[in-house]
Amino acid sequence: MSEISGQLTQLRQTDSLSSGNSAIHRLHPLAKLVVTIVYIVCTVSFGKYEFSGLVPMVLYPVLLFQITGIPFAAFIKKMRYVLPLVCAIGLFNPLFDKDPLIVLGGLVISGGTVSLITLVIKGILCLSASFLLIATTPFDDICRALRIVRVPSLIVSLMMLTYRYVAVLIGEASVMTDAYKLRAPGQKGIEFKAWGAFLGQLLLRSMDKADRIYGGMQLRGFDGSFSFASLRKARLSDWLYAIILSAVFILLLRFDLSELIGSLFV
Amino acid sequence: MHMADALLAPAVAAAMYVASGTAAGTSIHTLRKDEQAPSVPTMAVTSALVFAGQMINFTIPGTGSSGHICGGMLLSALLGPQAGFLSMIVILAIQCLFFADGGLMALGANVWNMAFYGCFVGYYLIWRPIMRSSMFSSKGENAATRAKIVLAAILGCIITLQLGAFSVVIETQLSGITELPFGAFAALMQPIHLAIGLVEGIVTAAVLVFVYNSRPELVREAKAAPGSGKRSVKTVVVIIAAAALVIGGGLSLFASSNPDGLEWALFGNAEEGYSENMGLDEDDFGVSSSVADKAGEIQEATSFLPDYAFAGSDSAAGTSVSGIVGSAIVAGIALAICAAFGFRKKQKKA
Repeated sequence: MSEISGQLTQLRQTDSLSSGNSAIHRLHPLAKLVVTIVYIVCTVSFGKYEFSGLVPMVLYPVLLFQITGIPFAAFIKKMRYVLPLVCAIGLFNPLFDKDPLIVLGGLVISGGTVSLITLVIKGILCLSASFLLIATTPFDDICRALRIVRVPSLIVSLMMLTYRYVAVLIGEASVMTDAYKLRAPGQKGIEFKAWGAFLGQLLLRSMDKADRIYGGMQLRGFDGSFSFASLRKARLSDWLYAIILSAVFILLLRFDLSELIGSLFV
Repeated sequence: MHMADALLAPAVAAAMYVASGTAAGTSIHTLRKDEQAPSVPTMAVTSALVFAGQMINFTIPGTGSSGHICGGMLLSALLGPQAGFLSMIVILAIQCLFFADGGLMALGANVWNMAFYGCFVGYYLIWRPIMRSSMFSSKGENAATRAKIVLAAILGCIITLQLGAFSVVIETQLSGITELPFGAFAALMQPIHLAIGLVEGIVTAAVLVFVYNSRPELVREAKAAPGSGKRSVKTVVVIIAAAALVIGGGLSLFASSNPDGLEWALFGNAEEGYSENMGLDEDDFGVSSSVADKAGEIQEATSFLPDYAFAGSDSAAGTSVSGIVGSAIVAGIALAICAAFGFRKKQKKA
């Protein structure tokens, strides 16, 4: 299987996860969007040495993975894009910040090491929050929630249409790459001479396709803006979910829960 | 070059959202008034194509590595800067949601670093002036246009990628994420992106030349009369030289032995009396005014921008033994939750 068709499988997998039916799936998309944003903002707001304060934030994704039954393995694959950059930037911290921060018996841990670990955990947690949002909410519902918070309709329509065609065009690109590979065995990627023609052909065909789609839409009365089927009204449970969780995250940011629990025992 | 959420402080991310949001608002406003604006399906299909096109590897002759197309330049050359910018926003949003490339909070910064420079700077300062210039006019009309497309695409990709990479450095430094000195970080980022920009430029140029050969009307400004531009090639050269100076300035900080390049740029580099004239206070490290003090208080109270504590200071939280013991207990709780749910699932199955 080529890398491109792997991407297509990934897209479809996320799509099928979002059509599940857990308590979290059934929540109002706007409530989930708000909770996700508050969670990410709180997570990145922890100071670079506040390792123990950050640890309780792990509970939110852990609980959500368990309640929704979304396989953790599906998330691990997603980390390969973001984590390398986060690690690359954080890796220099132990080299530049060598002041000892924690001394455990004979083990001395420098400030840079703590800040590297904190940065990587932050990266993983933020990623998991976004992933859980998209894996529990169908894309169309996220778009409708964006309309509620007044994101311009042109951008939302464009998002919905692009999302539809991404799958179509990735599919076409995948067929073309496979066909090319079969005719050029042992060659990695597309050779220089074919650079323009390869993607150019697909581009021309796609733009013609877009013209036909637009014609079809106009014949069916499209006047430039989509009318969105409205989402169901937010229930009390949606409000409670958004408010309680947001409050918990802000409290966790203000008070170090690990420190409080630890002080009971030490 | 996608920034992750973890690499940005909330205040920096918010500022980048405001900047990108303003550019998006202006673009939508311009497109609404423009009768010739591309249709929504054309924008959608073209952005989907760029999305898919970025997954195709183009082999670089003579090396084992491969390059991709540069979305911003390609989209603005085909759709115009405003429609190209909106299409790029959508691409970046879908990449961040479905492929975990980037992050929700970092979206504003990513749009600025990749879409703004690629579409607006790339189009207005590089693509349009070059396409309207009378360069290569001795070669005949078609050959001249092709040469101009190649030049504009390669220059555009290199310069906009340099600007984007430089912004990544600035945003990460302002967020206080890395201990890497500003100059060293820039010296790492800029040359890598110079190489990437060159390859992306050649791939983008190849695609645009192909489109021009088969359907010249699809490429913006391809039919512009030579010499019709408001800016002469000289102006373009000056603009490019200025951009190179800005980036070169960033690189030269690397040569400084001062560990903090930003601080050096603000204070060490200036003439005598510069700090006083500019209202900069070296002790306070910022502009001191009652508004700034008030803002500082609010920031402290909300603490959304963390007060980065240094080792050994009182506020270096989470360093105590109780903190570590507590963290271990919380991790234990997390494992217990997993075990409890796993047990329930097994019972349900049985």
